[in-house]
Amino acid sequence: MSAKRVVTFTVNGDQVEILCEPRQSLLEVLRDDLDLTGTKEGCSNGNCGACTVIMDGRPVVSCLVLAVEAEGAELRTIEGVACGSTLDEVQAAFLEGAALQCGICTPGIIVQTEALLEENPNPTEDDVRFYLAGNLCRCTGYDKIVRAVQAAAEKRQVAASN
Amino acid sequence: MATAENPKYKVIGTRPIRHDGADKVTGRARYGADIQLSGMLYGAMLRSPHAHANIKSIDTSKAEALPGVRAVATSADLPEQGDRVVELGEGAANMRHLTANVLARGKVLYRGHSIAAVAADNIHIAEEAIKLIEVEYELLPPVMDVVGAMAENAPVLNDDIRTESVGSAPPAKDSKPTNVAKHFLFEKGDVAAGFAEADIIVEREFDTAMVHQGYIEPHNATVLWNTDGKLTVWISTQGSFTVRQQTAELLKIPISNVKVIPTEIGGGFGGKISVYLPPVAAVLSKKTGRPVKLVMSRTNVFEATGPTPGSHMKVKLGATKDGKLVAGEAWIAFEAGAYTGSPIGPACMCVFACYDLPHGRVEGFDVCVNKPRTNAYRAPGSTHVAFATETLVNEICEKIDVDPAEFRINNAAKEGVRRVDGPVYARVGMVETVEAIKNSEHYKTALEGKYRGRGIASGFWFNCGLKSAASATVNPDGTVSLLEGSTDIGGSRTGIAMQLAEALGITAEEVIPAVGDTDSVGYCDVTGGSRVTFATGIAAIEAAKDIQRQLVDRAAMIWEVDSSHVSYSDGGVHGPDGKQLSFKEMAAKLHGTGGAVIGRGTSSEATQGGAFGTHCVDVEVDVDLGKVQILRYTAAQDAGTAIHPSYVEGQMQGGAVQGIGWALNEEYWYDEQGEMRNSTYLDYRIPTCYDVPMIDTIIVEVPDPQHPYGVRGVGEVPICPPPAAIANAIYDAVGVRMHDLPMSPPKLLAEILKK
Ligand code: FES
Ligand code: FES
Repeated sequence: MSAKRVVTFTVNGDQVEILCEPRQSLLEVLRDDLDLTGTKEGCSNGNCGACTVIMDGRPVVSCLVLAVEAEGAELRTIEGVACGSTLDEVQAAFLEGAALQCGICTPGIIVQTEALLEENPNPTEDDVRFYLAGNLCRCTGYDKIVRAVQAAAEKRQVAASN
Repeated sequence: MATAENPKYKVIGTRPIRHDGADKVTGRARYGADIQLSGMLYGAMLRSPHAHANIKSIDTSKAEALPGVRAVATSADLPEQGDRVVELGEGAANMRHLTANVLARGKVLYRGHSIAAVAADNIHIAEEAIKLIEVEYELLPPVMDVVGAMAENAPVLNDDIRTESVGSAPPAKDSKPTNVAKHFLFEKGDVAAGFAEADIIVEREFDTAMVHQGYIEPHNATVLWNTDGKLTVWISTQGSFTVRQQTAELLKIPISNVKVIPTEIGGGFGGKISVYLPPVAAVLSKKTGRPVKLVMSRTNVFEATGPTPGSHMKVKLGATKDGKLVAGEAWIAFEAGAYTGSPIGPACMCVFACYDLPHGRVEGFDVCVNKPRTNAYRAPGSTHVAFATETLVNEICEKIDVDPAEFRINNAAKEGVRRVDGPVYARVGMVETVEAIKNSEHYKTALEGKYRGRGIASGFWFNCGLKSAASATVNPDGTVSLLEGSTDIGGSRTGIAMQLAEALGITAEEVIPAVGDTDSVGYCDVTGGSRVTFATGIAAIEAAKDIQRQLVDRAAMIWEVDSSHVSYSDGGVHGPDGKQLSFKEMAAKLHGTGGAVIGRGTSSEATQGGAFGTHCVDVEVDVDLGKVQILRYTAAQDAGTAIHPSYVEGQMQGGAVQGIGWALNEEYWYDEQGEMRNSTYLDYRIPTCYDVPMIDTIIVEVPDPQHPYGVRGVGEVPICPPPAAIANAIYDAVGVRMHDLPMSPPKLLAEILKK
């Protein structure tokens, strides 16, 4: 075991400084050290997308990022999606559209959707399906997820044009 | 607001936002692995690299010496179970097998079988310590194939298993041990005479691979063994009461010493009923005096939980040339895995369950092989047999030139029909689901294009009743706090709350549902068998009626009349001379009229009326690659009465897509040594968003007379039809009949090239 390192980054706008082992993944540090357990672990090898967070504007699977690699990064997790006590359009659309069942995939999918809508505010069904293909959901069959993403995109566009 | 579809009801049939929604879209909901307790240790487990071996010795001394390691456990730390068979709320279990599955005793029976566990200051130390445990094995030949395992000279996995023939005398204790743990036989009518009447008989052999439920959340358990001898278990499970009982039995302590706190759960589909981790975490906690958390890796989940069996089946169907089914015969062998317990029984009961079959014979075998002990997976056993029967039905239809929907309608199971295994159907909706497909836009629109084809198939599941309990407390502001014991995997607490709301005449939002722990709520059987909305729903309705009775008494007291002159309807109490008080007004008077009003309800129904579904699918086959693309999909299902239609649709869509995965991609890949070679999501490929189209749904409502609102469970049926529907569509597209699941590109391509 090599020596612990100090790592500094921001999470959802807050500056944090932690002491971690080089072998610890960003996922582990978020969940175990920072108690940000909204980011989920489904496989720990990059295959399921449950651990998706946004790192410097890009969605990443946090199980494949070492915490030390996050030095200086700006991170956004599911806990930073809502605006205070108001849900954002994606979260609201998931609830209105019943786009979750067990909900374990939901944080990762919502975060991935935030990244999608940032890049492409008006995605087609195919765009949505392609962008979310790394986020597994075993419960819903994806139908209501895709619809919720499109509903959120529409809402956001309407809001932007007003 | 009443819906157009169901003006009879005010709440039922509407689509309120689920009560746990805000927690689940903000990351606030706590699942099993999210539990953090002060002083908590992290555990890891050593698992067998071999499929079949005797354990000669285990040396844990080096692991124990590693700094940061707090305790090591092996099966020596769990009590001997002897020959006990215990009813565990999910069927009877042989305790010797159960404990050996939790921590191997002298022998490992599958790759991934747990051998020892470590608790340490962090997960990395625990994982390092595991590698320091030395185990000496004596390798034995693995038995990986169900038919091979039945052979006379096959290596035998368990020396205490002898064939139990269901309904016959138990096997003699001194008879030779075997891998065939169970034998089922069901007969109806005279099969030989039935086939003699047939103008056409088709008989085929089918194989299906072992598949996993694939829930995204791995198994977990956190246990504190307190100094007073009481255990607390935090776990994501389909049944907190069965976890309590299994844990208590495995540790040989009273159930009242175990409190199970169910966390939110990230999917189960039948795979989160068996107990794997709690007794191990308990032993480690006892040794250290600290809470211990164990979480499986994805590979552990694949290799060492309870997937659903692979199978070998021979099925034969006979029909007259004018399209009447006359006889059927099935021979079904299921992989039990290491220990007995596959869903072979239900498979035998489901194989011809969609049809009115005058003559039938079904034989089934539960066979041990060197794979993990299998478990339920959504309509356990029914998908396998639907694949066989439903492709044979289409083959018959083709040979006698009858529309497959028409044929299904003409031969459908309906009220009064007796299944081959005995029970007679009450009012069921098989015909209605086929008609729904037949009349659908999808079925009526011709499919065009090369290498494209369409298929339909039906499926059946019993749906369980079993035991549920709920209590409901009226709050002074006119809301109701509902406590029930069914862990909520897909929005069920809202479905149950809606039934309570309907019964009291309040809104869904005025009910605050919660899932209680085993010390705070009455006994509830598992969330499985499509039972929760039905059975826990009935318990909630009973609790509402109990509240009604108490409010009637309170109103009688206020109005100084006899309670026989007061009644409850339309969301309030009504007395003589037009006196009335709304539920809300009564709630406001609670404190002045005797304090809290708490309703309680239980239900204990042996079974539900059963449910059917019929699916229609269009595919396109890439004839160069053997790859199948799903173009369009429609699922019709009898939901009895849909409480929350969005979540009914969600069950249908999710089940259909799991069935698509089973049909086309998913399989356990073992090498000759019995090592699973695809134990990651990358290689065990479940459907992604990009693999499937929208899943259109048609909810058919033929109310189940056993439920006050007519509910039928909806969770399981939708996984049954997809493999057969897709096989039928593939035939329509390229003219090859597939008899082997999954119908993966190499297999399909090989069949196409044979043509
Ligand atoms: S946990 Fe990171 S991708 Fe699955
Ligand atoms: S809702 Fe359960 S995995 Fe997506």
